[in-house]
Amino acid sequence: MKKYLKSINLMELLRPIGQLVVFSLGSAAVLSVIVLALAFVLDYTIVGRTLFAQLKVSLFTYTIVNLPQVLIDGLTLGFVYATVALGYTMVYGVLEFINFAHSEIFAIGAFVGVEILIALQGAGILDHSSLFMSYVFLFLAMLAGMAVAGGAAVTMERVAYRPLRNAPRLVPLISAIGVSFFLQDSIRLVESLTTGQFNRIFPTFGNFDNRLVFGKLPMGTTEIPLGIPIKSVIVIIAALLMLIGLNYLVNATKVGKAIRSVAQDRSTASLMGINVNRIIAITFLVGGSLGGAAGLLYALKFTRIDPYVGFYPGLKAFTAAVLGGIGNITGALLGGIVLGMLETFAGAYLSAFTMGAAGSEYKDIFAFGILILVLIFRPNGLLGENVSQKA
Amino acid sequence: MAGYSIKDLTKNIQRGVWPYVIMLTHVLVGTILVYLNPRSIIAFLILVTSFFSLYRLNADIRFKFVTGALLALVIMPVLGVRNIFYLEVIFQISVFSALALGLNIVVGFAGLLDLGYVAFYAVGAYLWAFFGSKQYYVLPYAPGTQPANLPFLLPGDMFYLFIFLGIIAAALTGILLGLPVLRVRGDYLAIVTLGFGEVIRVLAANLDKPLNFTNGPQGITPIQRPTMPQAAVDGFNAIFGRLVGHPADVASLYNVMFYLIALVVIIIIVMVTRRLEDSKIGRAWAAVREDETAAIAMGIPLVKMKLAAFAAGASFAGAMGVLLAASRTFISPESFSFMQSIGVLSMVILGGQGSIAGAILGAATVTILNLQILQGLSLYLSQLRQSNAVIPLINFAWKNLSPQLDPAQYQRMFFGLILILMMIFRPEGMIPAQRRKKKLASEAIPVEE
Repeated sequence: MKKYLKSINLMELLRPIGQLVVFSLGSAAVLSVIVLALAFVLDYTIVGRTLFAQLKVSLFTYTIVNLPQVLIDGLTLGFVYATVALGYTMVYGVLEFINFAHSEIFAIGAFVGVEILIALQGAGILDHSSLFMSYVFLFLAMLAGMAVAGGAAVTMERVAYRPLRNAPRLVPLISAIGVSFFLQDSIRLVESLTTGQFNRIFPTFGNFDNRLVFGKLPMGTTEIPLGIPIKSVIVIIAALLMLIGLNYLVNATKVGKAIRSVAQDRSTASLMGINVNRIIAITFLVGGSLGGAAGLLYALKFTRIDPYVGFYPGLKAFTAAVLGGIGNITGALLGGIVLGMLETFAGAYLSAFTMGAAGSEYKDIFAFGILILVLIFRPNGLLGENVSQKA
Repeated sequence: MAGYSIKDLTKNIQRGVWPYVIMLTHVLVGTILVYLNPRSIIAFLILVTSFFSLYRLNADIRFKFVTGALLALVIMPVLGVRNIFYLEVIFQISVFSALALGLNIVVGFAGLLDLGYVAFYAVGAYLWAFFGSKQYYVLPYAPGTQPANLPFLLPGDMFYLFIFLGIIAAALTGILLGLPVLRVRGDYLAIVTLGFGEVIRVLAANLDKPLNFTNGPQGITPIQRPTMPQAAVDGFNAIFGRLVGHPADVASLYNVMFYLIALVVIIIIVMVTRRLEDSKIGRAWAAVREDETAAIAMGIPLVKMKLAAFAAGASFAGAMGVLLAASRTFISPESFSFMQSIGVLSMVILGGQGSIAGAILGAATVTILNLQILQGLSLYLSQLRQSNAVIPLINFAWKNLSPQLDPAQYQRMFFGLILILMMIFRPEGMIPAQRRKKKLASEAIPVEE
């Protein structure tokens, strides 16, 4: 036992936590300062006056009072994106190819988990279970989602990508788009045939919908409650655990070493006795199961899922991966958190800052604007090495 | 007759009078069948495939040209007016052919994967939708609150001018998008164009405030069409009225007109594309597609060439967008979704990247699959559901089949399957481009890593 404990490299366990804390605090601080400065300036223009006429508070107060909630929401979303982005980044690191169908792996994880929970609720088990058991059920549903999603990712690789491994770059990408479309409608078909509908709702059970309330903040004549939904806490903790686990797997185990060596140079790795096909399959398995878990976390947070649910989170997670530097695991964490924060900030403040002309409906295209900017000014991402040399 | 194989047969078919006989028989049989059974999908397929036998068989080019023109300009419209649904099918085939030809320049010639191609289509469509409707006077009103009797901004005949303006606007959009993003690598470009397509769609859906430019998700209607002279209606009825069986109304003749305009655009696109393919620009595109580094070393201005491809492809989509807005008299953001982009992409991939005939064949196949085969299957299944029929052996009553099993709802699945299967089994497409054929032949020996 002692020997085993010794073999766990404590640094590798702690490092991602440190990184995540730094990234979260850093992006939160930077964005808050920007928003507050903007609010301070805009307060003296018509924007501030319009808001004052409506809510009887200055724009600056409005911004600062809403800030804690925005930060919490942004962090939650950021962790979901980071978990999905890891799937993209791992596959990209190993195969240099965008696994476009990763968003459907996400959807599969969400559907498997939600279907299991719905079945449990239908059997009357969920409603009579204790608080502890409801967490156990959530955990089991997530495990099942991870298993199926991981399996689907491996199958996908075997069927649609492996035959194309030596083809020109765009060929596997087009195949991946095909897989993505095929899977979307396959999920829909299976769901429609078995349940008669394809929009599913995450069942209400346990205490996930409650909020931990810390107090209230006064805003003009009204008050804003300050709190964090328990499901957000679950999302953050679960994502954190997975990220730590993945980091450990990649940086401190033998399999991880093999993955890294395949990413660096496939042919040399195979000369060193590494079974490249197996390692690529493992990469898909790990990335896919993380994606599946993220899918269930997403369903927990946003409640409603449909077969096309993965499209936007997938696209944004990809953006996050590029933002952080694709192929780089730490970069995916950073990119995910920054993007989640940015998007939540945009959703929360865009309307107030533009006098209602552009509201939160533009938050989806915010990510693409960022993506284009990153690619123009820093194509290798925030933390990326010079990938283009390898291409 | 020993050793008489299929190969000899195909060789003999291509000799002497046989090609002429086969072509004419094909066209005639198709025409008669469609004339007699206006509702049969099979008859329609036979008629449409006669274009293919025109393309494949060896014959005098003038003969082919005259037969093809007769088929496309006379037989198709007349049969189309007889059964208005065919007119819709051939119109959509021609619109998508033009789109596929445009995307073919970007994807097939220059090797840039554009996943947001319908964005340019949307630019053209919204351009005419804004100027060709009352939208200019609706600007200050929120959707649904405008007064009833607003005038149109421009006369409908400005449509012809706007085809050219649509080309210019879409090409400019292509250049504006291309300038920043064409420096990035191919697979990044794919995602950026995807994002751009979504940006355009979200803008179209949300630019109804502060000023109501696009009327939001409800879309803009009515959009004007160019005027149809009464003489044209009378003329058509005088010549073809007895063949059609009933006097043609203005609405269906409008469809004929838009179909013919689309054909003209296609002919122009095909001519431009063929010229481009073998020009200096075309060869530069091929070089960029095959090896960027080598192309730069040869002194090819990379970004400029990519921009040219982007703008050329976009401009065709812009023209088609104007046409779509006028022919539908209504457009909404729905028509410009990501799925449409992938639909056009799968047409190009199916037909063969870089192949002009392939793009048209791909567009025809996918459109017929969408409009006729999937819809037909859906109809057939719903009929079976209402009947008392039972599947033999497993003893399953059709009645119990879930109403959710509706093939027409599962276009994505078929697009996806087309993309996967083509990439794995026939990446060069159904009608491979000459250059690609050579290249793939030389790469036939797989390189193991």
